[in-house]
Amino acid sequence: MNKLIKFDNVYVEERASVVGKTEKAGPLSAYFDMCEEDEYFGTDTWEKAESEMTHRCLNLLMSKKKLKSDDIDLICGGDLLNQCVASSFGVKESGVPYLGLYGACSTFAEGVICASTFIKAGAINRGIAHASSHFCSAEKQYRFPLEYGGQRTPTSQNTVTGCGSLLLSTAPSPIRVKDGMVGRIVDAGITDVNNMGAAMAKAAADSLTEYFALSDKKASDFDIIATGDLGREGFEICCELLGDSIVGLKDKFTDCGMLIFDLEGQDVHAGGSGCGCSAVVTAGYFLNKLYMGEINNLLLLSTGALMNPTTVFQGQSISGIAHAVHFERNSVYA
Amino acid sequence: MNNADYKKYTTDRAKRSSCLLNSVKAFFVGGFICCIGQALFNLYLWWGADENTARTLVSVTLIFAAGLLTGIGVFDKIGKFSGAGTLVPITGFANAIAAPAIENKTEGKINGVCSKMFVMAGPVIVFGTLSSAIYGLVYYIVTKVL
Amino acid sequence: MLEYVRVFLVGGLICVLAQILIDKTAMTGARILVSYVVLGVILSGIGVYQRVVDFGGAGATVPIVGFGHALAEGTKKAVDETGLLGALTGGLTGTAAGITAAVVFAFLWSLMFKSRQK
Repeated sequence: MNKLIKFDNVYVEERASVVGKTEKAGPLSAYFDMCEEDEYFGTDTWEKAESEMTHRCLNLLMSKKKLKSDDIDLICGGDLLNQCVASSFGVKESGVPYLGLYGACSTFAEGVICASTFIKAGAINRGIAHASSHFCSAEKQYRFPLEYGGQRTPTSQNTVTGCGSLLLSTAPSPIRVKDGMVGRIVDAGITDVNNMGAAMAKAAADSLTEYFALSDKKASDFDIIATGDLGREGFEICCELLGDSIVGLKDKFTDCGMLIFDLEGQDVHAGGSGCGCSAVVTAGYFLNKLYMGEINNLLLLSTGALMNPTTVFQGQSISGIAHAVHFERNSVYA
Repeated sequence: MNNADYKKYTTDRAKRSSCLLNSVKAFFVGGFICCIGQALFNLYLWWGADENTARTLVSVTLIFAAGLLTGIGVFDKIGKFSGAGTLVPITGFANAIAAPAIENKTEGKINGVCSKMFVMAGPVIVFGTLSSAIYGLVYYIVTKVL
Repeated sequence: MLEYVRVFLVGGLICVLAQILIDKTAMTGARILVSYVVLGVILSGIGVYQRVVDFGGAGATVPIVGFGHALAEGTKKAVDETGLLGALTGGLTGTAAGITAAVVFAFLWSLMFKSRQK
């Protein structure tokens, strides 16, 4: 059994995050590299806007290290749009070899695990993992037109407009990707599209339990353990499902979807969701804490709800998945 | 916990919007829209229209207004507040046609605007037409055959 | 003035019933509208809805139930005039202005406006 993938030479060389205006108005605003007020990102369609956001995020990531496209061996990334077009159109211009991923909102951790594994295997030296989502393109594809006058339930979530990316390489740097675990699909039988948190909570609890069983680590080995986008509803369910089975989890357990917005002050119902949620909170906020030495160990558990509008109309249930990644501060290089 | 228990557990714990508050809002906004309709109806009568024409003109006016409010991005805010209060009057029907038409204009006139226009209002027209045809058949049998 | 109180009450109550269905059952807005239209045709057909209209005026005709009423009224009139063919022509004839207005205006709005995040 080899489900826990250990990395000994994978480092986070650089990170970048680009977000939209709702995220800018949220509590983590100061941690993001770029905040765009124009929801179209200077383009004329929502789909182009998301690709432009990805394009800007990747350019920013490379320019921070003064790298060119030729210096990057591989991009592993994805988004929520049909056929993963936001990423492929956003990456297109760079000319970097690209693997499009789809793991719903768990795509960010999926990308980090994939790129890290390529590096571990020696197949590449430097890779990028990224994930994006855009409120408007997601609403258009999954829900209602923006101008439609409907009401949302309190358990529904607000898709994050954001793209987060990490530059991973063998060059030693203060943040290391220590290990990762690919989650398994858990079908909890939920059919309510307005309660994605409940659909993913069981998968998150399953992956977390599995991770601690496989890794011989304890919750006390981490400073922050964060799920991707369970939102308040899903996070509370996940806590209740876990009970006291993981000792010491309670005081360090949090959720990116709850952190990115002000749940009381902003009209976001149960919190943030989307691929961009765990991507920008990790790339912008958590890794900043690791870099600054405020925390030393982070366990990210990006969560995804596996469905599309067709399967929902057919009455099929929404499955959940959660991938785990352990980021460690490497004080030797700090 | 098996899936049936889990579904029940998550459904039971899920907070619901306050039905009482929503109902009060729906009542006042819905009632208000209908009063606007009545005022317009009286206005058109006063201008010399017969009852049927006035009633039709009221629908057309409200459809125009609701669509315009949809276009300038106000209708969704009202709808979020009033729920069924704007959904159930003819304004909701107009919004359900205008909103996808505006949003999907990026895919062009044919594949965007026109083909997506009835994504939400289509079922209303289909079921309405279907039931009126069935009613027509029944009415024909009852009045002319029997 | 009493006229407007009746309009307000009838229109408001029709909306409240829909709101309760949305909040207390799993019914979506689309299902509510469909059910209301069919309900309008049925109530009109059995002669009940005309009485609601006589009492509540626009409070009964402006809600989508009134759209069903207009469909049924149109059908009835056409069947009276042309026989069975009226079952096919009457409904949309009775609601032609509403549907055409919605389509024409929506096309116009799509030319004038673009979608925005609030």
